Amino acid sequence: MSTQPLSQFETTKETTEETTKQKDVMRVESLTYTYPGAPKPSLHAIDLPIRRNKITALIGPSGCGKSTLLRAMNRIHDLYPGNHYEGRILLATPEGREMEDILEIKKENDLIRLRQRVGMIFQKPTPFPMTIFENVAYGLKLSGMKNKSDIEERVVTALQGSAIWKETKDRLHESAMGLSGGQQQRLCIARAVALKPEVLLFDEPTSALDPISTGAIEELIAELKKEVSIAIVTHNMQQASRLSDYTAFMYIGDLIEYNKTSKIFLNPDQKLTEDYITGRFG
Amino acid sequence: MGGKLFRNVSFLSATLSFFILLGIFVILFHYAQDAMHTFGWDFLRIDQWEPGEDDEGGMFGGVIPIVGTLLTTLIAMVIAVPLSMGIAIFLTEIAHKNLVKPVGVAIELLAAIPSIIYGMWGLFYFAPIIQHTFGGNGVGLLTAGIVLAIMIIPFMAAITRDAMNTTPPVLKESAYAMGATTFDVVKDVVMPYAKGGIIGSIILALGRALGETMAVAFLIGSVLKFPSKITDPTTSIPVLLANNFSEAQDLELSSMYLLALLLFVVSFIIISLAKFYFLGRSAK
Ligand SMILES: Nc1ncnc2c1ncn2[C@@H]1O[C@H](COP(=O)(O)OP(=O)(O)OP(=O)(O)O)[C@@H](O)[C@H]1O
Ligand SMILES: [Mg+2]
Repeated sequence: MSTQPLSQFETTKETTEETTKQKDVMRVESLTYTYPGAPKPSLHAIDLPIRRNKITALIGPSGCGKSTLLRAMNRIHDLYPGNHYEGRILLATPEGREMEDILEIKKENDLIRLRQRVGMIFQKPTPFPMTIFENVAYGLKLSGMKNKSDIEERVVTALQGSAIWKETKDRLHESAMGLSGGQQQRLCIARAVALKPEVLLFDEPTSALDPISTGAIEELIAELKKEVSIAIVTHNMQQASRLSDYTAFMYIGDLIEYNKTSKIFLNPDQKLTEDYITGRFG
Repeated sequence: MGGKLFRNVSFLSATLSFFILLGIFVILFHYAQDAMHTFGWDFLRIDQWEPGEDDEGGMFGGVIPIVGTLLTTLIAMVIAVPLSMGIAIFLTEIAHKNLVKPVGVAIELLAAIPSIIYGMWGLFYFAPIIQHTFGGNGVGLLTAGIVLAIMIIPFMAAITRDAMNTTPPVLKESAYAMGATTFDVVKDVVMPYAKGGIIGSIILALGRALGETMAVAFLIGSVLKFPSKITDPTTSIPVLLANNFSEAQDLELSSMYLLALLLFVVSFIIISLAKFYFLGRSAK
């Protein structure tokens, strides 16, 4: 069974032999996705690689299926029963040598482990109704960590790594609701980072934030790619071109073009891509 | 122009309801004076309800109906709170969406059934079952408490469900995205988020259970006796008032006003707490 390696998540080891790792941490292969009760698929035969330790941007007009694609990649869609996947979504095993199809996962426990390996940050900050510390410790506790000092260490590291330590170190035990929107969003990133995921999925993480908070988050994401591979949905063309290494352009459920970001923005192959990037529609 | 009229009318009705409340309190307080002076704090200790010779004087005390009211309410709450939470959680987080609508409507309908119907149903169908399972003679604390629970469950479940439904889906999704199970999401996200509404629903249900008359009158047995076991019959404040009001005079009447005043004050405090919670929530 291809789901087997998932249950060995606990034994994750950093391999130093980079060369033996797959170049892609994830690979979507001819994915067709239909929402529950929808007459037609919202994604048609999508092929998309997510490169290891790179940032992949997903762009395209509203309703083209960017969120839908992202939400398939950690199977958060499965919270609402009745949907239908076709094709494959491959995820590299923690050792990185093989790939397994996450659409094969059936067991609730394996889905939970998948979501800890493929984290997600949403458009609006979503702090839980608990303290700042508990927010970050939450996922760790869910994943079965018990030792208090281990948890504390991971929380502090995650907050430091998410550029929010300075603002929160004196108020770790206050409610997370008291933070500003931008701080809350960095807290949510810290919360995901604490789990040491292999992939982080960002769905328009800055669209509800002011330019300064946006800048802070962009810097953070650029920093994070040393540790994780990243896919980010954005409506902001500058953001996509500044931040990402690869860009995928989607249009009404199809993936029109995927390439290096510089290529997409300077010299796209498709007329549709060029029209979108230059702002002729969208 | 119309705005001004509207403002005046709403101001009038708002002050009117305040004065009605105040009026009820003043009248209860006024008519209770006689009993207050005669018994003082002993009213809370005397376990008799005996008119004197020729309807002069007599011994009246509230302890039995007070204890009866508190015990039936306690039994009802102990049963109703967990069940209502369970129903609300089931409806918001677990049930298939084709089930949510019909079950939700059924619960709202149950909440609207007049209490006398629960009383009759309880007496004719439920009391024999209790007698058969737990002994006793059918009517008593336990029967009244259980039927009271059945009455307030739909009410509590409906309010709790509405409060839980206000949890933003994306908040739940982000908990699932961290690897939470449905149980974790309910415990760590939905319950804390809906806390104010849940506590409010409990307090409102408590107020309703304390004041319930008809259903309890059918089921509690209406005897002035301390219960020694849970299936024993006893009485409650509203039931004692309803049963004795037509013949009471003088000191007995005044004692009943005093009992009513006690119930009024307790219910008032409870409802105010509930309101405080709801207001505190919407202000945030
Ligand atoms: N729960 C749902 N049920 C049925 N169809 C849905 C559902 N959610 C989204 N869709 C449809 O799927 C398509 C893709 O939606 P999606 O949310 O992925 O777009 P998007 O590219 O993220 O758009 P935006 O930029 O506005 O966020 C749309 O046509 C939308 O109507
Ligand atoms: Mg979207």
